Amino acid sequence: MSRLFDLVAGLGRAVLATVSGAGRLALFALIGLSHLLRPPFYWRNFASAFFEFAFFSLPVVALTAIFSGMVIALQSYTGFSRFNAQSAIAGIVVLSVVRELGPVLAGLMVAGRVGAAMAAEIGTMRVTDQIDALGTLSTDPMKYLVAPRLLAGILALPLLVVVADILGVLGGFVVSTVKLGFSPSAYIASTFSFVQPIDVTVGLAKAAAFGFLIALMGCYNGYNSRGGAQGVGASTTAAVVAASILVLCFDYVLTEMFFSR
Amino acid sequence: MTVPKIRIRGLCKSFGSKRVLDGIDLDVEAGTSMVVIGGSGSGKSVLLRCILGLIEPDAGRIEIDGVDVIERSRAEQDAIRARIGMLFQAGALFDSLSVWENVAFGLLAGRGARRMSRDAARVRAGEVLAQVGLDPSVGDLAPAELSGGMQKRVGLARAIAATPEILFFDEPTTGLDPIMGAVIDGLIVDCVKRLGSTAIAITHDMASATRIGDRAAMLYQGRLVWQGAAGELLDSGNPLVDQFTHGRREGPIGMELRR
Repeated sequence: MSRLFDLVAGLGRAVLATVSGAGRLALFALIGLSHLLRPPFYWRNFASAFFEFAFFSLPVVALTAIFSGMVIALQSYTGFSRFNAQSAIAGIVVLSVVRELGPVLAGLMVAGRVGAAMAAEIGTMRVTDQIDALGTLSTDPMKYLVAPRLLAGILALPLLVVVADILGVLGGFVVSTVKLGFSPSAYIASTFSFVQPIDVTVGLAKAAAFGFLIALMGCYNGYNSRGGAQGVGASTTAAVVAASILVLCFDYVLTEMFFSR
Repeated sequence: MTVPKIRIRGLCKSFGSKRVLDGIDLDVEAGTSMVVIGGSGSGKSVLLRCILGLIEPDAGRIEIDGVDVIERSRAEQDAIRARIGMLFQAGALFDSLSVWENVAFGLLAGRGARRMSRDAARVRAGEVLAQVGLDPSVGDLAPAELSGGMQKRVGLARAIAATPEILFFDEPTTGLDPIMGAVIDGLIVDCVKRLGSTAIAITHDMASATRIGDRAAMLYQGRLVWQGAAGELLDSGNPLVDQFTHGRREGPIGMELRR
Protein backbone atom coordinates (compact mmCIF):
# COMPACT_ATOMS: atom_id res chain seq x y z
CA MET A 1 0.00 0.00 0.00
CA SER A 2 2.80 2.40 0.91
CA ARG A 3 4.39 1.69 -2.48
CA LEU A 4 1.19 2.81 -4.16
CA PHE A 5 1.17 5.99 -2.08
CA ASP A 6 4.81 6.64 -3.02
CA LEU A 7 3.96 6.13 -6.67
CA VAL A 8 1.00 8.51 -6.54
CA ALA A 9 3.01 11.05 -4.54
CA GLY A 10 5.85 10.88 -7.06
CA LEU A 11 3.41 11.29 -9.92
CA GLY A 12 1.79 14.24 -8.16
CA ARG A 13 5.16 15.89 -7.58
CA ALA A 14 6.07 15.45 -11.25
CA VAL A 15 2.75 16.96 -12.39
CA LEU A 16 3.12 19.88 -9.98
CA ALA A 17 6.69 20.49 -11.13
CA THR A 18 5.62 20.43 -14.78
CA VAL A 19 2.69 22.79 -14.22
CA SER A 20 4.71 25.21 -12.11
CA GLY A 21 7.54 25.12 -14.67
CA ALA A 22 5.10 25.91 -17.48
CA GLY A 23 3.67 28.74 -15.38
CA ARG A 24 7.14 30.19 -14.72
CA LEU A 25 7.98 29.99 -18.41
CA ALA A 26 4.71 31.66 -19.42
CA LEU A 27 5.25 34.42 -16.86
CA PHE A 28 8.82 34.90 -18.08
CA ALA A 29 7.58 35.21 -21.67
CA LEU A 30 4.85 37.70 -20.75
CA ILE A 31 7.22 39.86 -18.73
CA GLY A 32 9.76 39.77 -21.57
CA LEU A 33 7.14 40.75 -24.14
CA SER A 34 5.68 43.45 -21.91
CA HIS A 35 9.08 45.18 -21.88
CA LEU A 36 8.79 45.60 -25.65
CA LEU A 37 5.87 47.94 -25.01
CA ARG A 38 7.54 50.00 -22.28
CA PRO A 39 10.55 52.26 -22.87
CA PRO A 40 13.49 52.29 -22.82
CA PHE A 41 14.29 49.76 -25.55
CA TYR A 42 17.90 48.70 -25.97
CA TRP A 43 18.39 49.02 -29.73
CA ARG A 44 22.07 48.10 -29.65
CA ASN A 45 21.27 44.80 -27.95
CA PHE A 46 18.46 44.20 -30.44
CA ALA A 47 20.77 44.90 -33.38
CA SER A 48 23.42 42.59 -32.00
CA ALA A 49 20.93 39.74 -31.42
CA PHE A 50 19.28 40.32 -34.81
CA PHE A 51 22.65 40.15 -36.54
CA GLU A 52 23.47 36.94 -34.66
CA PHE A 53 20.14 35.40 -35.67
CA ALA A 54 19.87 36.56 -39.25
CA PHE A 55 23.36 37.09 -40.60
CA PHE A 56 25.59 34.58 -38.84
CA SER A 57 23.03 31.80 -39.20
CA LEU A 58 22.72 32.40 -42.92
CA PRO A 59 25.40 29.94 -44.13
CA VAL A 60 24.13 26.95 -42.18
CA VAL A 61 20.49 27.67 -43.02
CA ALA A 62 21.33 28.23 -46.69
CA LEU A 63 23.25 24.97 -46.98
CA THR A 64 20.52 23.04 -45.18
CA ALA A 65 17.82 24.50 -47.42
CA ILE A 66 19.60 23.99 -50.72
CA PHE A 67 20.49 20.35 -50.01
CA SER A 68 17.01 19.63 -48.69
CA GLY A 69 15.45 20.97 -51.89
CA MET A 70 17.81 18.82 -53.94
CA VAL A 71 17.01 15.69 -51.95
CA ILE A 72 13.25 16.25 -52.17
CA ALA A 73 13.48 16.56 -55.95
CA LEU A 74 15.47 13.32 -56.20
CA GLN A 75 13.28 11.35 -53.81
CA SER A 76 10.06 12.66 -55.35
CA TYR A 77 11.26 11.69 -58.79
CA THR A 78 12.08 8.16 -57.62
CA GLY A 79 8.59 7.69 -56.19
CA PHE A 80 6.47 9.69 -58.62
CA SER A 81 8.02 8.27 -61.79
CA ARG A 82 6.41 4.91 -60.91
CA PHE A 83 3.00 6.54 -61.41
CA ASN A 84 3.97 8.82 -64.30
CA ALA A 85 3.44 11.81 -62.02
CA GLN A 86 6.80 13.50 -62.55
CA SER A 87 5.04 16.75 -63.43
CA ALA A 88 4.08 17.15 -59.75
CA ILE A 89 7.71 17.32 -58.61
CA ALA A 90 7.98 21.10 -58.89
CA GLY A 91 4.86 21.46 -56.76
CA ILE A 92 6.06 18.92 -54.22
CA VAL A 93 9.37 20.73 -53.85
CA VAL A 94 7.96 24.22 -53.50
CA LEU A 95 5.14 23.26 -51.12
CA SER A 96 7.42 21.10 -48.96
CA VAL A 97 10.01 23.81 -48.70
CA VAL A 98 7.75 26.82 -48.26
CA ARG A 99 5.18 25.26 -45.95
CA GLU A 100 7.34 22.94 -43.85
CA LEU A 101 11.01 22.40 -44.49
CA GLY A 102 12.04 26.05 -44.77
CA PRO A 103 10.64 27.13 -41.40
CA VAL A 104 11.32 23.85 -39.57
CA LEU A 105 14.88 23.27 -40.78
CA ALA A 106 15.80 26.94 -40.30
CA GLY A 107 14.24 26.76 -36.83
CA LEU A 108 16.17 23.63 -35.87
CA MET A 109 19.45 24.99 -37.21
CA VAL A 110 18.99 28.31 -35.45
CA ALA A 111 17.92 26.56 -32.24
CA GLY A 112 21.21 24.69 -32.24
CA ARG A 113 23.29 27.69 -33.14
CA VAL A 114 21.71 30.81 -31.67
CA GLY A 115 19.59 29.25 -28.92
CA ALA A 116 22.64 27.55 -27.47
CA ALA A 117 24.77 30.70 -27.70
CA MET A 118 22.03 32.76 -26.03
CA ALA A 119 21.63 30.31 -23.15
CA ALA A 120 25.40 30.08 -22.67
CA GLU A 121 25.90 33.85 -22.72
CA ILE A 122 23.05 34.69 -20.36
CA GLY A 123 23.87 31.66 -18.18
CA THR A 124 27.46 32.82 -17.82
CA MET A 125 26.20 36.29 -16.95
CA ARG A 126 23.99 34.72 -14.27
CA VAL A 127 26.71 32.62 -12.61
CA THR A 128 29.27 35.45 -12.70
CA ASP A 129 26.88 37.94 -11.04
CA GLN A 130 26.61 40.10 -14.18
CA ILE A 131 22.82 39.89 -14.10
CA ASP A 132 22.78 40.98 -10.44
CA ALA A 133 25.18 43.77 -11.42
CA LEU A 134 22.67 45.00 -14.02
CA GLY A 135 20.09 45.25 -11.25
CA THR A 136 22.42 47.43 -9.17
CA LEU A 137 22.96 49.74 -12.15
CA SER A 138 19.33 50.81 -12.58
CA THR A 139 18.83 48.34 -15.43
CA ASP A 140 16.14 45.68 -15.54
CA PRO A 141 17.79 42.49 -16.85
CA MET A 142 14.54 41.40 -18.51
CA LYS A 143 14.42 44.66 -20.44
CA TYR A 144 18.14 44.69 -21.24
CA LEU A 145 18.77 41.04 -22.04
CA VAL A 146 15.48 39.29 -22.80
CA ALA A 147 13.17 41.73 -24.61
CA PRO A 148 15.63 42.65 -27.42
CA ARG A 149 16.42 38.97 -28.04
CA LEU A 150 12.74 38.00 -28.20
CA LEU A 151 12.05 40.70 -30.79
CA ALA A 152 15.17 39.75 -32.74
CA GLY A 153 14.01 36.14 -32.89
CA ILE A 154 10.50 37.11 -34.04
CA LEU A 155 11.79 39.36 -36.83
CA ALA A 156 14.95 37.58 -37.94
CA LEU A 157 13.74 34.03 -38.50
CA PRO A 158 11.16 34.98 -41.16
CA LEU A 159 13.94 36.74 -43.08
CA LEU A 160 16.09 33.63 -42.86
CA VAL A 161 13.15 31.53 -44.01
CA VAL A 162 12.65 33.73 -47.09
CA VAL A 163 16.25 32.93 -48.02
CA ALA A 164 15.78 29.25 -47.13
CA ASP A 165 12.62 29.08 -49.29
CA ILE A 166 14.36 30.57 -52.31
CA LEU A 167 17.43 28.37 -51.95
CA GLY A 168 15.40 25.23 -51.26
CA VAL A 169 13.35 25.75 -54.43
CA LEU A 170 16.56 26.56 -56.30
CA GLY A 171 18.09 23.27 -55.10
CA GLY A 172 15.10 21.34 -56.44
CA PHE A 173 15.24 23.32 -59.68
CA VAL A 174 18.94 22.55 -60.22
CA VAL A 175 18.52 18.81 -59.63
CA SER A 176 15.35 18.62 -61.73
CA THR A 177 16.75 20.50 -64.72
CA VAL A 178 20.38 19.34 -64.66
CA LYS A 179 20.02 15.75 -63.52
CA LEU A 180 16.43 14.74 -64.21
CA GLY A 181 16.02 16.48 -67.57
CA PHE A 182 13.14 18.85 -66.80
CA SER A 183 12.65 21.94 -68.95
CA PRO A 184 13.68 25.01 -66.88
CA SER A 185 10.78 27.16 -68.07
CA ALA A 186 8.22 24.41 -67.50
CA TYR A 187 9.62 23.73 -64.02
CA ILE A 188 9.41 27.41 -63.07
CA ALA A 189 5.91 27.74 -64.47
CA SER A 190 4.83 24.63 -62.58
CA THR A 191 6.38 25.96 -59.36
CA PHE A 192 4.44 29.23 -59.56
CA SER A 193 1.21 27.48 -60.44
CA PHE A 194 1.39 25.31 -57.33
CA VAL A 195 2.42 27.83 -54.68
CA GLN A 196 -0.17 30.25 -53.24
CA PRO A 197 0.43 33.40 -51.18
CA ILE A 198 -1.10 31.69 -48.12
CA ASP A 199 1.62 29.01 -48.27
CA VAL A 200 4.36 31.62 -48.04
CA THR A 201 2.51 33.69 -45.45
CA VAL A 202 1.88 30.77 -43.13
CA GLY A 203 5.48 29.60 -43.55
CA LEU A 204 6.70 33.02 -42.47
CA ALA A 205 4.23 33.13 -39.59
CA LYS A 206 5.57 29.76 -38.46
CA ALA A 207 9.09 31.17 -38.68
CA ALA A 208 8.17 34.14 -36.47
CA ALA A 209 6.68 31.75 -33.90
CA PHE A 210 9.76 29.52 -34.02
CA GLY A 211 12.08 32.53 -33.67
CA PHE A 212 10.18 33.60 -30.58
CA LEU A 213 10.33 30.09 -29.08
CA ILE A 214 14.07 29.73 -29.75
CA ALA A 215 14.87 33.10 -28.19
CA LEU A 216 12.52 32.39 -25.28
CA MET A 217 14.10 29.02 -24.46
CA GLY A 218 17.63 30.42 -24.81
CA CYS A 219 16.85 33.35 -22.52
CA TYR A 220 14.77 31.37 -20.01
CA ASN A 221 17.27 28.57 -19.54
CA GLY A 222 20.23 30.93 -19.45
CA TYR A 223 18.51 33.27 -17.02
CA ASN A 224 17.78 30.41 -14.64
CA SER A 225 21.24 28.85 -14.77
CA ARG A 226 22.63 27.77 -11.42
CA GLY A 227 26.07 26.69 -10.25
CA GLY A 228 29.12 27.12 -12.43
CA ALA A 229 30.28 25.80 -15.79
CA GLN A 230 28.27 22.62 -15.38
CA GLY A 231 25.08 24.59 -14.73
CA VAL A 232 25.65 26.74 -17.80
CA GLY A 233 26.28 23.61 -19.88
CA ALA A 234 23.10 22.01 -18.60
CA SER A 235 21.04 25.11 -19.35
CA THR A 236 22.52 25.32 -22.85
CA THR A 237 21.58 21.71 -23.56
CA ALA A 238 18.11 22.26 -22.12
CA ALA A 239 17.62 25.36 -24.28
CA VAL A 240 18.47 23.53 -27.51
CA VAL A 241 16.44 20.42 -26.68
CA ALA A 242 13.40 22.38 -25.51
CA ALA A 243 13.50 24.77 -28.47
CA SER A 244 13.84 21.90 -30.97
CA ILE A 245 10.92 20.00 -29.47
CA LEU A 246 8.77 23.12 -29.29
CA VAL A 247 9.55 23.95 -32.93
CA LEU A 248 8.33 20.52 -34.00
CA CYS A 249 5.25 20.60 -31.74
CA PHE A 250 4.22 24.09 -32.83
CA ASP A 251 4.84 23.16 -36.45
CA TYR A 252 2.19 20.48 -36.13
CA VAL A 253 -0.21 22.80 -34.30
CA LEU A 254 0.17 25.59 -36.88
CA THR A 255 -0.10 23.16 -39.78
CA GLU A 256 -3.28 21.74 -38.25
CA MET A 257 -4.64 25.28 -37.86
CA PHE A 258 -3.93 26.50 -41.39
CA PHE A 259 -3.64 23.52 -43.72
CA SER A 260 -5.78 20.73 -42.30
CA ARG A 261 -8.79 21.53 -44.52
CA MET B 1 18.79 60.79 18.03
CA THR B 2 20.03 60.49 14.41
CA VAL B 3 18.49 57.90 12.12
CA PRO B 4 21.05 55.35 10.92
CA LYS B 5 21.71 55.39 7.19
CA ILE B 6 20.98 51.66 7.10
CA ARG B 7 18.90 49.99 9.78
CA ILE B 8 18.09 46.29 9.72
CA ARG B 9 15.74 44.60 12.13
CA GLY B 10 14.82 40.94 12.46
CA LEU B 11 16.01 40.03 8.96
CA CYS B 12 15.41 36.35 8.15
CA LYS B 13 16.07 34.37 5.00
CA SER B 14 15.95 30.64 4.40
CA PHE B 15 16.72 28.56 1.35
CA GLY B 16 14.70 25.38 1.68
CA SER B 17 15.34 24.05 5.17
CA LYS B 18 18.57 26.02 5.56
CA ARG B 19 18.18 29.20 7.59
CA VAL B 20 20.84 31.55 6.25
CA LEU B 21 19.85 34.75 8.06
CA ASP B 22 18.19 34.33 11.43
CA GLY B 23 17.02 37.63 12.87
CA ILE B 24 19.75 40.08 11.88
CA ASP B 25 19.76 43.45 13.65
CA LEU B 26 22.29 45.94 12.32
CA ASP B 27 22.72 49.73 12.24
CA VAL B 28 25.18 51.51 9.97
CA GLU B 29 25.61 55.21 10.67
CA ALA B 30 25.90 57.65 7.78
CA GLY B 31 29.42 58.20 6.55
CA THR B 32 30.86 55.15 8.31
CA SER B 33 32.14 51.83 7.01
CA MET B 34 30.83 48.58 8.44
CA VAL B 35 32.72 45.36 7.83
CA VAL B 36 30.83 42.09 8.18
CA ILE B 37 33.05 39.07 8.66
CA GLY B 38 32.13 35.42 8.73
CA GLY B 39 33.03 32.06 7.27
CA SER B 40 32.19 30.86 3.81
CA GLY B 41 28.46 30.20 3.50
CA SER B 42 27.65 32.17 6.64
CA GLY B 43 25.18 34.39 4.74
CA LYS B 44 27.27 37.52 4.22
CA SER B 45 26.51 37.79 0.51
CA VAL B 46 22.83 37.00 1.13
CA LEU B 47 22.72 39.88 3.61
CA LEU B 48 24.06 42.32 1.01
CA ARG B 49 21.75 40.98 -1.67
CA CYS B 50 18.75 41.40 0.63
CA ILE B 51 19.66 45.04 1.27
CA LEU B 52 20.10 45.57 -2.48
CA GLY B 53 16.72 43.99 -3.21
CA LEU B 54 18.24 41.20 -5.29
CA ILE B 55 16.89 38.63 -2.82
CA GLU B 56 13.56 38.99 -1.05
CA PRO B 57 13.86 38.32 2.67
CA ASP B 58 11.35 36.09 4.45
CA ALA B 59 10.88 38.51 7.34
CA GLY B 60 12.28 41.66 8.88
CA ARG B 61 12.79 45.30 7.97
CA ILE B 62 15.50 47.02 5.98
CA GLU B 63 15.43 50.80 6.28
CA ILE B 64 17.52 53.27 4.32
CA ASP B 65 17.28 56.80 5.73
CA GLY B 66 14.38 55.56 7.85
CA VAL B 67 12.36 54.25 4.90
CA ASP B 68 11.52 50.54 4.74
CA VAL B 69 12.73 49.44 1.32
CA ILE B 70 11.14 45.98 1.28
CA GLU B 71 7.54 47.16 1.05
CA ARG B 72 8.23 49.72 -1.68
CA SER B 73 7.01 49.49 -5.27
CA ARG B 74 9.36 48.32 -8.00
CA ALA B 75 9.95 51.90 -9.18
CA GLU B 76 10.72 53.09 -5.66
CA GLN B 77 13.11 50.17 -5.12
CA ASP B 78 14.86 51.09 -8.39
CA ALA B 79 15.21 54.67 -7.19
CA ILE B 80 16.72 53.46 -3.91
CA ARG B 81 19.07 51.11 -5.78
CA ALA B 82 20.26 53.99 -7.92
CA ARG B 83 21.75 55.47 -4.73
CA ILE B 84 23.80 52.33 -4.09
CA GLY B 85 27.02 51.21 -5.78
CA MET B 86 28.34 47.69 -5.49
CA LEU B 87 31.67 46.03 -6.09
CA PHE B 88 31.06 42.34 -6.75
CA GLN B 89 33.41 39.59 -5.60
CA ALA B 90 34.55 38.62 -9.09
CA GLY B 91 34.09 42.09 -10.55
CA ALA B 92 31.00 41.05 -12.56
CA LEU B 93 32.14 43.20 -15.47
CA PHE B 94 30.04 42.89 -18.62
CA ASP B 95 32.37 41.11 -20.99
CA SER B 96 30.42 42.16 -24.09
CA LEU B 97 31.24 45.81 -23.34
CA SER B 98 34.50 47.73 -23.25
CA VAL B 99 35.97 48.86 -19.94
CA TRP B 100 34.73 52.45 -20.30
CA GLU B 101 31.23 51.25 -21.18
CA ASN B 102 31.30 49.11 -18.05
CA VAL B 103 32.34 52.06 -15.90
CA ALA B 104 29.77 54.37 -17.48
CA PHE B 105 26.97 51.77 -17.59
CA GLY B 106 24.96 53.28 -14.73
CA LEU B 107 25.33 56.75 -16.21
CA LEU B 108 24.13 55.65 -19.65
CA ALA B 109 21.27 53.62 -18.17
CA GLY B 110 20.19 56.26 -15.62
CA ARG B 111 16.84 57.99 -15.76
CA GLY B 112 16.11 61.71 -16.09
CA ALA B 113 18.82 64.10 -15.00
CA ARG B 114 21.13 61.24 -14.02
CA ARG B 115 21.33 60.02 -17.62
CA MET B 116 24.38 61.16 -19.59
CA SER B 117 25.15 61.29 -23.28
CA ARG B 118 27.71 58.73 -24.50
CA ASP B 119 30.34 61.45 -24.95
CA ALA B 120 29.86 62.87 -21.47
CA ALA B 121 29.75 59.38 -19.96
CA ARG B 122 32.99 58.47 -21.69
CA VAL B 123 34.72 61.54 -20.22
CA ARG B 124 33.34 60.70 -16.77
CA ALA B 125 34.53 57.09 -17.14
CA GLY B 126 38.05 58.34 -17.86
CA GLU B 127 37.96 60.51 -14.73
CA VAL B 128 36.78 57.67 -12.53
CA LEU B 129 39.33 55.24 -13.98
CA ALA B 130 42.03 57.78 -13.07
CA GLN B 131 40.63 57.92 -9.52
CA VAL B 132 41.22 54.19 -9.12
CA GLY B 133 44.73 54.44 -10.52
CA LEU B 134 44.06 53.31 -14.09
CA ASP B 135 45.06 55.14 -17.21
CA PRO B 136 41.97 56.32 -19.13
CA SER B 137 43.33 54.49 -22.20
CA VAL B 138 42.41 51.26 -20.39
CA GLY B 139 38.82 52.23 -21.16
CA ASP B 140 39.13 50.93 -24.71
CA LEU B 141 40.16 47.44 -23.64
CA ALA B 142 37.84 44.48 -23.08
CA PRO B 143 37.48 43.27 -19.46
CA ALA B 144 39.03 39.92 -20.44
CA GLU B 145 42.27 41.72 -21.30
CA LEU B 146 42.72 42.94 -17.72
CA SER B 147 44.41 41.26 -14.76
CA GLY B 148 42.35 40.34 -11.68
CA GLY B 149 43.52 43.42 -9.79
CA MET B 150 42.70 45.71 -12.70
CA GLN B 151 39.25 44.12 -13.03
CA LYS B 152 38.63 44.84 -9.35
CA ARG B 153 39.64 48.45 -9.89
CA VAL B 154 37.32 48.74 -12.89
CA GLY B 155 34.55 47.20 -10.77
CA LEU B 156 35.28 49.81 -8.10
CA ALA B 157 35.25 52.56 -10.73
CA ARG B 158 31.86 51.34 -11.95
CA ALA B 159 30.53 51.29 -8.38
CA ILE B 160 31.56 54.90 -7.67
CA ALA B 161 30.92 56.41 -11.13
CA ALA B 162 27.44 57.66 -10.22
CA THR B 163 28.67 59.02 -6.84
CA PRO B 164 26.44 56.74 -4.75
CA GLU B 165 25.43 57.51 -1.19
CA ILE B 166 25.95 53.87 -0.20
CA LEU B 167 28.67 51.48 -1.30
CA PHE B 168 28.74 47.71 -0.89
CA PHE B 169 31.87 45.64 -1.27
CA ASP B 170 31.58 41.86 -1.62
CA GLU B 171 34.92 40.24 -0.76
CA PRO B 172 36.91 43.06 -2.38
CA THR B 173 40.33 41.43 -1.94
CA THR B 174 39.50 37.79 -2.68
CA GLY B 175 41.87 36.28 -5.22
CA LEU B 176 44.37 39.16 -5.06
CA ASP B 177 47.95 39.08 -3.79
CA PRO B 178 48.52 40.92 -0.47
CA ILE B 179 50.00 44.00 -2.09
CA MET B 180 47.18 44.36 -4.61
CA GLY B 181 44.72 43.67 -1.77
CA ALA B 182 46.19 46.57 0.18
CA VAL B 183 46.01 48.79 -2.92
CA ILE B 184 42.32 47.95 -3.42
CA ASP B 185 41.61 48.56 0.27
CA GLY B 186 43.36 51.92 0.05
CA LEU B 187 41.29 52.87 -3.00
CA ILE B 188 38.10 51.81 -1.24
CA VAL B 189 38.92 53.95 1.82
CA ASP B 190 39.80 56.92 -0.41
CA CYS B 191 36.62 56.58 -2.45
CA VAL B 192 34.38 56.23 0.58
CA LYS B 193 35.94 59.30 2.23
CA ARG B 194 35.91 61.39 -0.94
CA LEU B 195 32.25 60.61 -1.65
CA GLY B 196 31.22 60.73 2.01
CA SER B 197 29.42 57.45 1.40
CA THR B 198 28.20 54.89 3.87
CA ALA B 199 29.80 51.52 3.20
CA ILE B 200 29.26 47.89 4.04
CA ALA B 201 32.02 45.44 3.14
CA ILE B 202 31.89 41.71 3.64
CA THR B 203 35.13 39.83 3.84
CA HIS B 204 37.03 37.09 5.59
CA ASP B 205 40.34 38.85 4.99
CA MET B 206 41.23 40.25 8.44
CA ALA B 207 43.87 42.67 7.15
CA SER B 208 41.31 44.07 4.71
CA ALA B 209 38.63 44.25 7.42
CA THR B 210 40.77 46.35 9.74
CA ARG B 211 41.89 48.62 6.90
CA ILE B 212 38.43 49.29 5.45
CA GLY B 213 36.14 49.29 8.48
CA ASP B 214 35.20 51.80 11.15
CA ARG B 215 32.89 49.23 12.71
CA ALA B 216 32.75 45.46 12.36
CA ALA B 217 30.29 42.65 12.96
CA MET B 218 30.60 38.88 12.79
CA LEU B 219 27.98 36.65 11.20
CA TYR B 220 27.83 33.08 12.44
CA GLN B 221 25.07 30.57 11.78
CA GLY B 222 22.77 33.28 10.48
CA ARG B 223 23.16 35.58 13.50
CA LEU B 224 25.35 38.56 14.28
CA VAL B 225 27.29 37.25 17.24
CA TRP B 226 29.46 40.32 17.79
CA GLN B 227 29.60 44.00 16.86
CA GLY B 228 32.26 46.53 17.76
CA ALA B 229 34.97 48.83 16.47
CA ALA B 230 36.93 47.35 13.59
CA GLY B 231 40.13 48.02 15.53
CA GLU B 232 38.97 45.56 18.21
CA LEU B 233 38.52 42.69 15.77
CA LEU B 234 41.78 41.00 16.64
CA ASP B 235 41.22 41.41 20.38
CA SER B 236 37.47 41.27 20.81
CA GLY B 237 37.23 38.94 23.77
CA ASN B 238 34.51 37.00 21.96
CA PRO B 239 35.63 33.38 21.56
CA LEU B 240 33.92 33.01 18.15
CA VAL B 241 35.50 36.18 16.79
CA ASP B 242 38.89 35.36 18.30
CA GLN B 243 38.94 31.90 16.75
CA PHE B 244 37.88 33.28 13.37
CA THR B 245 40.20 36.29 13.24
CA HIS B 246 43.22 34.28 14.39
CA GLY B 247 42.38 31.31 12.19
CA ARG B 248 42.54 28.76 15.02
CA ARG B 249 41.46 25.19 14.35
CA GLU B 250 40.39 24.71 17.95
CA GLY B 251 37.48 26.64 19.35
CA PRO B 252 33.71 26.97 19.42
CA ILE B 253 33.43 27.14 15.61
CA GLY B 254 33.44 23.57 14.37
CA MET B 255 34.16 22.50 10.82
CA GLU B 256 30.76 22.47 9.19
CA LEU B 257 30.53 19.40 7.03
CA ARG B 258 26.83 19.60 6.34
CA ARG B 259 23.97 21.61 7.72
